[in-house]
Amino acid sequence: MLYREALNKALDEVMAIDDTVVTLGEDVGLYGGSFRVTEGLVEKYGEERVIDTPIAELSIVGNAVGMAIGGLRPVAEIMTGNFSLLAFDQIINHMAKLHYMSNGKVILPMVVRFPQGVSKQLAAQHSESYEQMLCSVPGLRVLSVCDVNYAYHALKYAILSNDPFVFIEHELLYNKKGEVNFEEQLDPFKARIVKEGEDITIISYLKMVDDVMQSVPAIESALNCSCEVIDLCSLNPIDYETLAASIKKTSRLVMVEEDHKTGGFGSQVVAWAAEEMFYELDAAPLRLAGADVSIPYNRTLELASIPTPDSIAQEIIAWGRKNDV
Amino acid sequence: MNKLLAQEIYYFMVLGRNFEYAAKENYMQGNVSGFLHLDIGQEAFSVAAMKAFEKGDIFATYREHVMAMARGIEPKAVMAELFGKAEGVSGGKGGSMHLFEPSRFFYGGDAIVGGQIPNAVGCAYARKLQGAEDGVMVIFGDGASNGGAFFESLNIAATHKLPLLFLCENNEYAIGTNIKRSAPFREQAKKAEPYMMTLSVDGMKAEAVYETIKEAQKLIEDGHGPIFVEAFTCRFEGHSVSDANSYRSTQEMSHCKAKDPLVHFKKELLERWMCSDKELQEIEQKAQTAVDEAVAFAKNATEPNVAALFEHVFVEEV
Ligand SMILES: Cc1ncc(C[n+]2csc(CCOP(=O)(O)OP(=O)(O)O)c2C)c(N)n1
Ligand SMILES: [Mg+2]
Repeated sequence: MLYREALNKALDEVMAIDDTVVTLGEDVGLYGGSFRVTEGLVEKYGEERVIDTPIAELSIVGNAVGMAIGGLRPVAEIMTGNFSLLAFDQIINHMAKLHYMSNGKVILPMVVRFPQGVSKQLAAQHSESYEQMLCSVPGLRVLSVCDVNYAYHALKYAILSNDPFVFIEHELLYNKKGEVNFEEQLDPFKARIVKEGEDITIISYLKMVDDVMQSVPAIESALNCSCEVIDLCSLNPIDYETLAASIKKTSRLVMVEEDHKTGGFGSQVVAWAAEEMFYELDAAPLRLAGADVSIPYNRTLELASIPTPDSIAQEIIAWGRKNDV
Repeated sequence: MNKLLAQEIYYFMVLGRNFEYAAKENYMQGNVSGFLHLDIGQEAFSVAAMKAFEKGDIFATYREHVMAMARGIEPKAVMAELFGKAEGVSGGKGGSMHLFEPSRFFYGGDAIVGGQIPNAVGCAYARKLQGAEDGVMVIFGDGASNGGAFFESLNIAATHKLPLLFLCENNEYAIGTNIKRSAPFREQAKKAEPYMMTLSVDGMKAEAVYETIKEAQKLIEDGHGPIFVEAFTCRFEGHSVSDANSYRSTQEMSHCKAKDPLVHFKKELLERWMCSDKELQEIEQKAQTAVDEAVAFAKNATEPNVAALFEHVFVEEV
């Protein structure tokens, strides 16, 4: 099953059992969604539950908040992460705060989903990542999806939960193949150990997990070591327990993310490790992240602006040699 | 409009059409990447609007290759940008959606739908404060006129009586969504009516677009404040090269293509401006040569140096 099909199946199943679930966004209905996540849903559930909206992101999320207040479970799709910025007021001032400000009286069972990240030469206004901003807002659950099985289970969970979720997908993962274990009782807040290892803990999320996995054979053979690779999955809350257990075992931490390095989400993980895991670590942690520049169109520059399997391998090998891995 | 200008408009329309086909071909060959929004079918609108609004500042969208060239940006520099080359008008950093040339008062190339409209309002405010002769023109689609930025801009521009021409290119579609499904009416000028004078025009006819923009410009110069012009057009291709255009029926497409602005304007040139076939052939040949040269130039242009990645993040070093 493809990543986008897993998301589609999750939505479809939840819409079938719960008729308060609606989905709204630009071209989600007749067009089937720009990444085909909502394909076939309008035919099944009608235009009243699969709602094509105007190009008005602030209203898409603002309306979803109101729908949730009114007793629905809206799943809002924003076409691309960069366009979610137009909805940030609604996400941060409304979606994240009404429950707390009302002393728990207002409940917002809703999901805002969007893909983000560097795709292929879509340039500065279509390539950025925003988890760092969203994760610093109390009151939002933030999930990031790399794995196909996780996509299915986590989206179902998020839709049926009574809390507001931001559900982050990646532009380049929609056609990724994977198995879904439909029987599994998956905890969406638990980090996923993608590969077990003894010597280096490499933490990542979204598409970078796959890039890290591609770089691992080169790292292991160059350093004669074994790497443990962890997909964070949930970015807020963070599953520190799983991270701590891994670091205790390996004593070494590498954090890899696609986003700009300064203020990037990985700084939270490394700051936590500095506070809580200092005496477990045998080397200063390594952080690999995107350059502090807007994403350029030219392919060579674009690839130079983010970690790639090659650059990840090179940097980790150099760091490993310096730190006696 | 005189014969010479009509011929010039025709030249840029043919140039635009052939340029877009060449861009598409090079996209298929992998020389151009990312999002590529073609202006095929809307050349009359894009060229005549630029030729009528010759001098002021221009704020456009991601569907701007033809406008950029009609504004005087060299086809070579535009094609090289699509190829991501250093000689491109944005140094290869912007690509198809982000053509910038302040020396031609051309400020993008914005790919956040509606995002350029408040920028144009601000620029018009600056021009008013400076007592400038020329105003500002902002181009956006029917889809953009459903967004908050658009409504806020109408209000602010009208309140300050800014020298701003709102130019709505209504091709009835925002990607796959017809305007009738995203707004209560097809005519977007209705939204502007409470705030300013509105004009509407058949955007498939170059002479009509030209005259209407001239009229709007005159009204702005006479101190009427902002004017809203709506041009009805039809794009012949999908929203971008990666859109299969499956939401429009063959019937709708043939109705649309029957309004081909090139066919119409060529007839105008022959009948109204008494151009000879030979004259028109020469123009067409010249346009094709310009496109061929642009492609050859782009192919031979240089890849940006990797150091360019860190250039132009800021103006000043600290
Ligand atoms: C804020 C924002 N939301 C969504 C998009 C995705 N998008 C790009 S173009 C487009 C349709 C725009 O339609 P319209 O304004 O009519 O212009 P046209 O493409 O027809 O020229 C959409 C939805 C975007 N670029 N920016
Ligand atoms: Mg349109």
